[in-house]
Amino acid sequence: MKNKFDISNQDIAWCPGCGNFSILEIIKKAMNELELEQENTVMVSGIGQAAKMPQYVNTNFFNGLHGRALPVATAVKVSNPKMTVIAESGEGDMYGEGGNHFIHAIRRNVNITNIVHNNMIYGLTKGQASPTTSKGMKTTLQIFGVTNEPFNPMAVAISLGASFVARAFSGDQEQTKEIIKKAILHKGYAVVDIFQPCVSFNKLNNFAWFKEHSYYLDDKYDPYDQVEAFRKSLEMEKFPLGVLYMNKERVTTFEENLIAYETNKAPLFERKRDLEKVKLSLAGMK
Amino acid sequence: MDKRDNFFKEDVSIVLCGEAGQGIKTIELILVHVLKKSGYNVFGTKEYMSRIRGGSNSTIIRVSDKNVKSMKDKIDILIPLDSKAIEHVADRLSDNTIILGDKELLTDTKYEIIDIPLLKIAKEIGSKIYLNIVACGVVLALFNSNLDLLNEFVTEKFESKGKAIVDNNIEAAKSGFELGKALYDDSKVRIDIKRDPKIKDDYFLNGNDAVGYGALMGGCNFISSYPMSPGTGVLTFLSEHSKEMEIVVEQAEDEISAINMGIGAWYAGARALVTTSGGGFALMGEGISLSGIIETPIVVHIAQRPGPGTGLPTRTEQGDLEVALYSGHGEFPRIILAPSSIENTVKTTAEAFNLADKYQVPVIILTDQYFLDSFYNTKKLDLDIKVDDKIIKTDKDYKRYKLNASGISPRGIPGFGDGLVHVDSDEHDEYGRLTEDLDIRVKMTDKRLHKLDSIKKDIIEPVFTGNKDYETLVIGWGSTFNVINDALKEINNKKIGYLHFTQVYPISDKIKPYLDKAKNIIIIENNATAQFAKLLKIVTGVEIEHKILKYNGMHFYLEELVEKINEVAGDK
Ligand SMILES: Cc1ncc(C[n+]2csc(CCOP(=O)(O)OP(=O)(O)O)c2C)c(N)n1
Repeated sequence: MKNKFDISNQDIAWCPGCGNFSILEIIKKAMNELELEQENTVMVSGIGQAAKMPQYVNTNFFNGLHGRALPVATAVKVSNPKMTVIAESGEGDMYGEGGNHFIHAIRRNVNITNIVHNNMIYGLTKGQASPTTSKGMKTTLQIFGVTNEPFNPMAVAISLGASFVARAFSGDQEQTKEIIKKAILHKGYAVVDIFQPCVSFNKLNNFAWFKEHSYYLDDKYDPYDQVEAFRKSLEMEKFPLGVLYMNKERVTTFEENLIAYETNKAPLFERKRDLEKVKLSLAGMK
Repeated sequence: MDKRDNFFKEDVSIVLCGEAGQGIKTIELILVHVLKKSGYNVFGTKEYMSRIRGGSNSTIIRVSDKNVKSMKDKIDILIPLDSKAIEHVADRLSDNTIILGDKELLTDTKYEIIDIPLLKIAKEIGSKIYLNIVACGVVLALFNSNLDLLNEFVTEKFESKGKAIVDNNIEAAKSGFELGKALYDDSKVRIDIKRDPKIKDDYFLNGNDAVGYGALMGGCNFISSYPMSPGTGVLTFLSEHSKEMEIVVEQAEDEISAINMGIGAWYAGARALVTTSGGGFALMGEGISLSGIIETPIVVHIAQRPGPGTGLPTRTEQGDLEVALYSGHGEFPRIILAPSSIENTVKTTAEAFNLADKYQVPVIILTDQYFLDSFYNTKKLDLDIKVDDKIIKTDKDYKRYKLNASGISPRGIPGFGDGLVHVDSDEHDEYGRLTEDLDIRVKMTDKRLHKLDSIKKDIIEPVFTGNKDYETLVIGWGSTFNVINDALKEINNKKIGYLHFTQVYPISDKIKPYLDKAKNIIIIENNATAQFAKLLKIVTGVEIEHKILKYNGMHFYLEELVEKINEVAGDK
C-alpha cells in the first residue's frame, strides 16, 4: 500500500537489524491508517539514534536538542492546536536528559503523543548505561556493572495519573501499531514506551530476551484502575505490554484550559494583535 | 533646627524605610501615584532585601520642579518605620536630613528626630499594620496637599478586603495627614514645589510595565518562563493581560524548558518571549544556540542582577552583557538590545520581536532590577510601532533553508501552505534534513553568519547629546541613560559630549569617529569589569582609559556621577 509518509533515497543512519527500522514502519503505517495529513502533523524529537526518526518520515519536523522534545512539542501544540504532534526520542533523551520535562508533561496533559524507544542503553554515544539499563549490566562505561536502580517510566506515569500510558515491543508490528494509533487518537498526553533491541550495544536485552520477558495484557484487564495499573507497572520479571492505564478524570487538556483559547479557537499565528487596544491600555497608565 | 534647610522649593528626596512585610511597597505605589496625579514630577525607585519578612527595605521618592529621572544619594527627609531603618541608610544622611519618626520605634538612636506618634496612632486604629498608611498621610500633608486622591487609592487598593479595612485605612491616612499638617503649619517641614496640572496626564510607568507593553506592542502572544527575580515581573505582567490580549502563559518547569517552549512556539507561528535573570539565562545557553542553527527566532529578556551564582538576588547590575554576547556554543549571529529609558523601552522591546522575526536570530533584551523597579512621569512614549510579521505561506517544494544572497530564507510554519517545514539542530541541507556533507556545512555556516551584514544595516544607532566640539566623551549603555543625562545637565559643561547605546550588539563602526575625536573618554557601567568598554575595543580598537564603575548592587546616584565626571572632565 502506498504511504504518503514514505520518503525514498534516504541514507538511514541506523545499524542493520536495529529495532528502529520496525518502529519507523509501524509509525508511518499508523499515521497513514489514521489518515493524518502531512501538513498538519509535526514530529518533534531530541537527539539520539531514535530521535533521528522524523528525518525518515515525510511530514513537518522539529529535530531539536537532546532531552528537549517535550517542551517543544508542548509549545507547538499550544500555539496551533490543529496540529497532530508526536514527540519521539530514546529513553536516555526522554527519561534522562529530559526527565524533568517528562514529569511535567504528564502534569500538564497537552494533547500530544510521546513515543519513547527504550533500548535500555545509550546508542548514539556508543553504549553507556541509560536510565533503564538493568542493574549489574556491564557497559562500555560502567565496566564493573551498573549499580543504579533502573527508572520505571510506567510506574512514574501511572502514579502521576497520566492520561494514557502504554508499553509496546518493536518486534510486534501489528500490536504496536494498534497501540500507537490508540495513543494518537487519545485526547490528552499519551506515552508509549517501546521496547527495542539495540544490536550494537545491548547484548543482554535482545530480541529473544524481550520476547521472553514480556506478555500482553488480556481483554479482562481494566486499564482505568490506577492502583491495578500501578501494580502491573511494578512487574519486572515479565513486563506487561498494551495499554496499562487511562485516566478517566483527565477530561480536559492543557490547551483547552488556556485563557487564550477560551473564546477564540484559532491558532496563534492567525490572530492579529490590536495595537490600538494596547495603546488604550497604555493610556490607562497616565 | 538652625542648620537645616527645611523648606523645599525645587527638589526633595524622601526615603521611607522599614522591614519587609511592613508595606513599604504599598507606600511607594500609593505615594508616587498620588503625587503624580497631583501634578508633581515624580521619580520613584526601591531597594530591597531577598527575604519575605524582616531586614530593611526602602523606597526612594524624588519630587522636583523639573522632570527628573534619577535618584539622589543624599536623603532630605527620612521616615524610618522600624529600629533598623536609620542605620540601613546611615551613609546617605547629611546634616540637613530631616528624620520624622516615632521615638517609641527608634529607641537608642543617636540621631536627632522629629517625634511623631506614628505607631501609637496605628495601634489606636487597630494594629501596627496601618503604620504605612499613616506615613503616607504624613508625607502628603508636607506637600500641603489634600486627602482626596489618597482616599481614592486606599479605597481601590483595599476594597476587596472589606469595608472595615477600607475605613481603617482612611482613618490612618487622615490621622497621618493631621500629623504632617501640624509640621507644615509650624514651619518644621514644608515642601512647596511647583505643580503643573498637565503632569496628571503624563504616562507613569516603571521599566517592568514598559517592557510588558513593549511585548504587547510587538505582538507577543506566548510566554513561557521560570520565576527568577527580577525577571518575574514581566511574566506576571503578561499573565495579567493574558485574557484581553489572548496570550498563552506558562510557568515552565525550568529555564531549559522555558526557552525550548519559546522556540517551539515561534516554529509554530507564535511570537514568544522568555523572561529570566542571569542564572536562568545561563541554563538557556544551549537553547540560544538552537535558535542560532535552526534559525527559529526567540526573544529573551534578561533582567540583570548581580552574580556570579545567586549573587544579590534583589539588587541591580549590568553584569550580564558578556554572557548575553557569548552564550550558546558555536558561531551564529544575534542581536542584543538594552532599553535606556521608559520613553524608548516600549518601542525597543516591540522591535525585538520584529528583528527576531526578520533575521531569524535570538534577540536578547537586557534590563536590570533598578530599571524595572523605577518609575517616572513622561509626556511622550515612542509608540511608532507595527507588528511586522514575516511568516510566509509555503509551497509544495518548500525549502526552509533555501540558500540566497542575503542568508535570510523565507520562514514558513507548519500548517500554513502546502509545504512541509523541517528544522534541525544537526547541520542540515536546504530542506532542513540532517546532513554530514561538509560542503553544505560551510554553505550553511556562511549563510547564517552572513545575516549579520543585513542586521548591521538595521542598527538602532546610539544617541549623541551635548556639544559636537567636545573634549570629553561620556559613554553609557542601557539603564544608565537617565542618571548620566541628569548628571550632565547638572554639570552643564560645554566640553562634554555623551554617546548612549540602546543596541549593544552588533554596533556599527560608524561610531569610531566619535571616539577618535575625544581627548578623554569616560565609560560608565554598573559592573566591575567594564564589559561594554571591552566590546567597544573589539569593534573600534580604542582602549577607554577612564572608567566609572559601580558594582555594590546599587545603581548610580546623581551626585556621585557629577563628582566623578567632573574629576575627569575638569573645569568648564
Ligand atoms: C546536551 C547533550 N548532552 C549529551 C549529548 C550526547 N548524546 C547524544 S544522544 C545521547 C543519548 C542517546 O541515548 P538515547 O536517548 O537512549 O537514544 P538512542 O541513541 O539509544 O536511540 C547522548 C548522551 C547531546 N547531544 N547533548
